[in-house]
Amino acid sequence: MDLSLPVIHIQSIYPQMILVLFAIIVVILPLFVHNLKRELLALISVVGLVLAYFSLINLWGQNLTGFNGMIVGDNFSIAFSIIFLVGAFLAVLLSLNTVENEYLNYSDFYSMLLFALVGLLMMVSSTNLLVIFIGLEILSISLYVLAGIRKMRVDSIEASLKYFLLGAFATGFLLYGIALLYGASGSIDLVEIGKYIQANGFSGTFILAGAAMLLIGLSFKAAFVPFHMWTPDVYQGAPTPVTAFMSAGVKGAALAVLLRFVWTIAPLSKADWTIAIWIIAFLTMTVGNVVAIAQSNVKRMLAYSSIAHAGYLLVGVLAGSQLGQASIMYYLLVYTMMNLGAFGVISYLGNSNKQENLNLRDYRGLGFKHPFAGLAMAIFMFSLAGVPPTGGFVGKFYLFNSAIQAGYLWLVIFGVMNSVISAYYYLRVVVNLYMHEPEKEVAVPKASLGLSFALLIAMVAVLQMGIMSSSYFEFFRQAVIAMP
Amino acid sequence: MVTIFFFIFAVTALVSAVLMITYKNPVYSALFLILTFFSLAGMYFLLEAQFIAIVQIIVYAGAIMVLFLFVMMLLNLRQETRLPIGRPFQVALGSIFALILLIQLFFIVKVGLTVSKFGAFPPEKINKIGSVQVIGGELFTNYLFPFEAASILLLVGIIGAIILGRKKLPNEM
Amino acid sequence: MVPVNYYLIVAAILFALGVLGVLIRRNALIIFMSIELMLNAVNLTFVALARHLHSIDGQIFVFFIMTVAAAEVAVGLAIIISVFRLKGTIHVDEINLLRG
Repeated sequence: MDLSLPVIHIQSIYPQMILVLFAIIVVILPLFVHNLKRELLALISVVGLVLAYFSLINLWGQNLTGFNGMIVGDNFSIAFSIIFLVGAFLAVLLSLNTVENEYLNYSDFYSMLLFALVGLLMMVSSTNLLVIFIGLEILSISLYVLAGIRKMRVDSIEASLKYFLLGAFATGFLLYGIALLYGASGSIDLVEIGKYIQANGFSGTFILAGAAMLLIGLSFKAAFVPFHMWTPDVYQGAPTPVTAFMSAGVKGAALAVLLRFVWTIAPLSKADWTIAIWIIAFLTMTVGNVVAIAQSNVKRMLAYSSIAHAGYLLVGVLAGSQLGQASIMYYLLVYTMMNLGAFGVISYLGNSNKQENLNLRDYRGLGFKHPFAGLAMAIFMFSLAGVPPTGGFVGKFYLFNSAIQAGYLWLVIFGVMNSVISAYYYLRVVVNLYMHEPEKEVAVPKASLGLSFALLIAMVAVLQMGIMSSSYFEFFRQAVIAMP
Repeated sequence: MVTIFFFIFAVTALVSAVLMITYKNPVYSALFLILTFFSLAGMYFLLEAQFIAIVQIIVYAGAIMVLFLFVMMLLNLRQETRLPIGRPFQVALGSIFALILLIQLFFIVKVGLTVSKFGAFPPEKINKIGSVQVIGGELFTNYLFPFEAASILLLVGIIGAIILGRKKLPNEM
Repeated sequence: MVPVNYYLIVAAILFALGVLGVLIRRNALIIFMSIELMLNAVNLTFVALARHLHSIDGQIFVFFIMTVAAAEVAVGLAIIISVFRLKGTIHVDEINLLRG
């Protein structure tokens, strides 16, 4: 048996390699240097992120495939990777605002965050289900640890256990789905499976059941209804920067995998899989928004709002067009900005160890006492609700537009109705900030420079993406998967 | 001969799986799970996947289950006074769900599958070369990237377990 | 020669038993063991299919599933130990696994 090494193209995994390297540096450095300031650790992580960003940009347009097709460096994966890098960057800045030692050890925190990012990058940059699976597990294991990193707090560690048990449960379904798809097509590569489906039709129990179980597994990870039960508790229990990172990142990666999967079979058999996704999208939007109205805890409200946004993003998957893909990427970037921004304001207004100030009542009158945080929160809430001229409005417009062009008028009508419902609870936050007298003296800790910087970036980006949307959209138009 | 062994392993695996999810004491559950793993390893031998069979015994029965038992001893879970299983409503709901799933899975595999194109490794070829060598060869050529990625995964597992498992240090709050 | 369907049916039953275990048991450790059972059912499916399809990919996938399971067990048991340290129990009744 003779072995020959396939073409590797090592530069296709430079971003992952850089991030792994920095994750290891961040975790090892405190062993040699004592009393390392967390700002320095954050700076090292940011350097890693920036280097990874440049190595990604370098790959843009080259369409490299590395490791015998295991790694696909197309623009699609690069665009998603950049969105995740932005999310991680903001999460690092957000983490600077918590009290010293709140995560016990910042080097652990940053290294796990970087490892989670490696997992995300792996998931989006492959069509091989084995690589996607390993990426997903790297991501999940880092997030289990991150959710429970405040291990002296009952709610944090309980969130971790809940996320872990349901996540592992979902992994079982995902794997069974992969096994069934493999059984039918004889391959674990999405492209090969797509070829098989195009030749034999989207039929046969193995393919149907395999696709369904794959969908269930991904739905658990991305928190689509009815697989969203873990979301509110986990989002509430996890540290705020982690919640923010995970709500945008995991969703994005699951959607990217779903897009790749759907795209390989899209042109052929629309009617078969679309009904399932239609129903999930509808339920996810509606349940997320309706339950969010009843929440008085802001973090929990944002958890349900993030479920609802997963539903909006699914509308773009349903469109099944390149326009839909670009819309999803655009909206995901806006969502990363506004969601991380909103969570940033939460950690701005509350210091998570002693007093979290998470109740809506705590926010009364804070808009005038803390003009910067108030303004930022107002902009993020308007954007989440989809009010022009913010990026949230334009993103929703693109998404719904792509769905209308694909003929899903009713779903878009429901989506718009949902946006109207959601405006109620988003604007309620703004009303509380500006139109109520404070009930009690709320102590707001001094915000760190990093956090203010993050809020500023997110605010500017949300507005800029609303006003100058076309340049961003053109960028994402170049990142869609080519016609199969 | 193979058929007889298959049925022995299958029945052992299924019976001990049932006992595993019904036994009250977690230690017994773990022991029955080990029995299931051994029967599965036997089935892998029947399927001529010798490498996987050995790894199954070493990793699952050897490492993973020992870790489980170790944690059980560490936590010193005496006979729990509470119900080992959930409320009747939950049990009914869970059973119905599992039954539906089972029927679906049955239906799926009953219909059977037609092989559109065979792969490059028929059992005879694997036997001739040796299953370890075939898998090793694939791992270091076509599957080089997942193989390296798995090392990152294990690193994350190690660091994560230490982060969560260690007691707080004196200088930490 | 045992038909591949027999193996697949055994795997399907094992998978369903694992799901049942996750849904009805209250002890976090046993829930976790049931999840391991599910993964093993998947492994059996993969190996049986690999032989049936004359392909080695299935066996390689199983190899990686085992690696992942090992890493997951390490982290999962660490989480369970942390929960036990804080609460003195690992029953998931109070954790409300499926509450929305």
